[in-house]
Amino acid sequence: MSASNLHVYVMAAPLLTAFFVNLLGRISKVWIAPLTIGSLAFSSFASLIVMGRVIAYGGFSYTVGNWKAPYGIELVVDHLSAVMLVLISLVALTGSISAVKSVFQELPDQEYLFFTLYLILITGLYGLVLTGDAFNLYVLLEITSITTYGLIAMGKGRAPLASFNYIIMGSIGASFYLLGVGYLYLMTGSLNMADIAGMLQTMDGGAAIATSLAFILVGLWVKMAFFPLHGWLPNAYSLAPTGAALVAAPLMTKVTIYLMVRVMFSIYSVDYLFITHPIIQNGIVWVAAVAIICASALALAQRDLKRMLTYIIVAEVGYMVGGIWLVNSTGMTGAVLHIVNDAVMTLCLFLAAAALVYRLGDLNFDNLQGIYRKMPVTMAAFTVGAFAMIGVPPTAGFFSKWYLILGGIEAGQWIYVIALLFSSLINAVLFFRIIEIGYFFKEGEHHGHEKVAEAPLSMQVPLVISAAALIVIGLSTGPLVKTIIKLALPAGF
Amino acid sequence: MNYQISIWPLAAVLISLIGSIPIMLSDRSPNLRESWTLLIAFLKVVIVASLLPTVLAGGGFQFTIAEVIPGVPLALRVDAMGMFFALVASSLWFFTSVYSIGYMRSLDEHGQTRYYASFAVAISATLGVAFSANLLTLYLFYEMLSLSTYPLVTHHQDAEARQSGRKYLTYILGTSIGLALPAMLIVYSLAGTLDFKIGGILSGTGASPQTLALVLVLFLFGFAKSGLMPVHGWLPAAMVAPTPVSSFLHGVAVVKVGVFSVLRVIFHIFGPEQLLAVNLGWVITTLASITILVASLVALTQDNLKRRLAYSTIGQLSYMILGAGMLSAVGMTGGLLHIAMHAFGKITLFFCAGAIYVAAGKKYISQMDGLGRRMPITYLAFFFGSLSIIGMPPLGGFISKWNLALGAIESGHLILLVVLLVSSLLNALYFFPIVYRGFFLPAAQGEPEGIKEAPVFCLVPLSVTAACSLILFFWPSVFYRLAQLALGL
Amino acid sequence: MDQFTALIVAKYNYWIYVTLMMIGFYAMIGKKNLVKKLIGMNIFQTAIILMFVSAGVKQGARIPILDKHHVMEHGVNVAEIVNPLPHVLMLTAIVVSVSVTGVALAILLRIYREYGTLEEDEILEKLEK
Repeated sequence: MSASNLHVYVMAAPLLTAFFVNLLGRISKVWIAPLTIGSLAFSSFASLIVMGRVIAYGGFSYTVGNWKAPYGIELVVDHLSAVMLVLISLVALTGSISAVKSVFQELPDQEYLFFTLYLILITGLYGLVLTGDAFNLYVLLEITSITTYGLIAMGKGRAPLASFNYIIMGSIGASFYLLGVGYLYLMTGSLNMADIAGMLQTMDGGAAIATSLAFILVGLWVKMAFFPLHGWLPNAYSLAPTGAALVAAPLMTKVTIYLMVRVMFSIYSVDYLFITHPIIQNGIVWVAAVAIICASALALAQRDLKRMLTYIIVAEVGYMVGGIWLVNSTGMTGAVLHIVNDAVMTLCLFLAAAALVYRLGDLNFDNLQGIYRKMPVTMAAFTVGAFAMIGVPPTAGFFSKWYLILGGIEAGQWIYVIALLFSSLINAVLFFRIIEIGYFFKEGEHHGHEKVAEAPLSMQVPLVISAAALIVIGLSTGPLVKTIIKLALPAGF
Repeated sequence: MNYQISIWPLAAVLISLIGSIPIMLSDRSPNLRESWTLLIAFLKVVIVASLLPTVLAGGGFQFTIAEVIPGVPLALRVDAMGMFFALVASSLWFFTSVYSIGYMRSLDEHGQTRYYASFAVAISATLGVAFSANLLTLYLFYEMLSLSTYPLVTHHQDAEARQSGRKYLTYILGTSIGLALPAMLIVYSLAGTLDFKIGGILSGTGASPQTLALVLVLFLFGFAKSGLMPVHGWLPAAMVAPTPVSSFLHGVAVVKVGVFSVLRVIFHIFGPEQLLAVNLGWVITTLASITILVASLVALTQDNLKRRLAYSTIGQLSYMILGAGMLSAVGMTGGLLHIAMHAFGKITLFFCAGAIYVAAGKKYISQMDGLGRRMPITYLAFFFGSLSIIGMPPLGGFISKWNLALGAIESGHLILLVVLLVSSLLNALYFFPIVYRGFFLPAAQGEPEGIKEAPVFCLVPLSVTAACSLILFFWPSVFYRLAQLALGL
Repeated sequence: MDQFTALIVAKYNYWIYVTLMMIGFYAMIGKKNLVKKLIGMNIFQTAIILMFVSAGVKQGARIPILDKHHVMEHGVNVAEIVNPLPHVLMLTAIVVSVSVTGVALAILLRIYREYGTLEEDEILEKLEK
């Protein structure tokens, strides 16, 4: 195991473990948790080393089967993908500890199936982050999606229907992406991202290249649930088993946004995207602003905690897409920082939701009355997560929002700035509504949950860790941006 | 100016934040819990006081917590203006802690542990605002104060508390996120820093007067805790809180944090010269004058004693902003001084209102006939407090109002002098009837016998703060010196 | 008109893929029956596979199986062989599409067992109750 291919092991560990979980998990349930958590702990550890190496020596790549690029398949690590590796590893590790409890409760006797899919999903996410090949990206995108379809369909009630809806939408998105790659391939004859980028610089692609970009962007927007292509997400994530939402909600949309950055700047160039199409650039920022406002407003209409959170995810996607298309280094810094922060915030809130579901079963607002007194630790962590979403300093959410708004001011995109502020206010309303419900109603006033106790320790610990991480990340924003994020920005920023 | 690197500012801020943990842990034993509260409050005063001599000598302390945004660290700094406010807040917290024990125990309130813990967090945030080295740090502690006071405002957890809590947050959070945050970002994008500096950081950035005016207005309304009309509505609503909360938070900490933030922005972000140069002082003075007059008139109509005090507070807060808006040395000094003078006066009045409620269970002025003869100490303190607020010698309020009046003359806006005089008259009109009813009107028929003074835990703090108001008339020099240092005079 | 006809005839493979894609797209969005939606999805994916495959084809070219000695002596004339890469890629794409179809069919089975129908409006009607 040499250091230069360590990132392959990061990806391989959960993949191999998935098979063992499936085999040994059938025999005895006791194998499932140690195997899952062990492999993710290994990946986390390895990805931290990868990150250290990238910071010290810069990016590096591994060619699978020793076929040289552009013919072989490359797995590339640079600053940005190192950040994503660490993020995926730590979020998945933290989430899985809590997921074990929740899955054993919600899906008795299907645990091994769940965790097999779960680990393959995480492998797929690692692959997406690492691959340097446009077609492989499609395959990995579908691997993550198929496993997610399966995980969501394991939920109760309407979940299969939501999953089917997601399949149709997700396939459209993936097909559009593939079509875009097809156009690129027809024009350049290559699928290696770096290779295509080199060729695009010298050739005048004309309409075909522009079309390929359009197809790829629309495809990814469907996958990341960018408003108005978000229709599948709220049902899918709120009806999925809690354990699945724990990892899908924080990671899926964020990784897809990473893919958008990767495609935009590793294949096409900054000049191509922004200097030649100022109208499109403005248009996308406006759509992002509309996305933020509309998704926030839709979140207001929800009466169920999980559903409300899913609409917030949709609004947050608007934050990041807008930030990326602001075309300045501040906005881009904000967007990349927000990928990290939003993943942790969403994780924190979904962990809290998982703990609440574990005790309450259903997260309709009426069920939450007086919950502060019954589950104080869970709700304290939830409150921290809520403050981060609102953007209260010193939680992480404030600082990425700071960069995004500043970027908006610098770019003169006032609608985007107003949308961000508006969404912060709406988030305040959303979360204080819940805090109010949880804080005020006395026990037994509507529904008696006399037996409700604090969530089990294995759900509390990850939750408290994620809440603490929000504050730690917030306070270390300065060094984080200086040593990692600034270097992770695509060339040209 | 030289600032020594020192951990003490951080200690002063954090001691009560950390102290909230033992308070929460000693839930089972009220005596232990209250001992913790008093111990922390005492230590806090000691730490703040120990920093005072250096500041008076023209020095200061600084501590950087974390480097968060280029050019804007989270940093604490003890300068004259911060010390001014910290001294007022920490000493009054000590009295409030004593008073709280008497009040909460007499009324046998529920959730006392949560109450003391939130209170400790709130005072941490207040000192944090006082010792902030830049606008970002100030904003952080400002928000922390808003959030930590929510459980205090909604302490009773009934429908009324719920409504008021909602109103409180809507005003306070809504304005800070919607107005103050963008204003701060605009300042950062103009100046590249948010550091507080005597003379301001916005001069020389080439910002147009229109931009400056916009930012100024955003800040004035963004810090809604200062109660400038029309964003004052939260303060009367917040009066549902237990009286020690109203007295300390809504007479001193929260509202003064609002005013302090506005003054910081005027003195150390814009800089008086800059505002004079683009002639924006009138925006501040006009808004403040309207608030002073309207609030005083509304106070006249209130029958609920705490609500009357709340409207009086709204009016008095605008005195301080008015002083700053005069942009003349004496006027600005007067505005700053009024922070201290009003704090001691108003907290006395609130303490008295609470003592009346504890002893007699009365909230409405119309029911308080004849009470003064049964609670002479409380009513005497109330009388002193109101004299100070009205601005009569020999009480502290006179000093600040005198300076304000001189400032009005110095700045050449005589209309402001008229505002001050009319308002003082109105103050007298809404305070004296209360004292008169207490001492000279006969008690209503069917009044229960045996109403006597409130418990000693309530009585001592209010007597001491009343005495302080008196003392401040004769020895205002510490605050006077600090105010002058803060303005760079 | 002649130009237009020429355009259609010269690029007929692309026109076919576009037509197929639109048919598939319509089925996915417009049809109420869930199986028809799924079939629409398959048509959609097939259309894209066709596009890739047809892009690799050259007129009069052979399959890309080469004799080692022949290549070493005469080199490769690329005009004589079809490009194998798109075909290989599409093998993978077909695998992906089959997997998605498999998962979708399994989910449809569950839906059918639960609601007794695969018509979207009927299912929604049952959910309303």
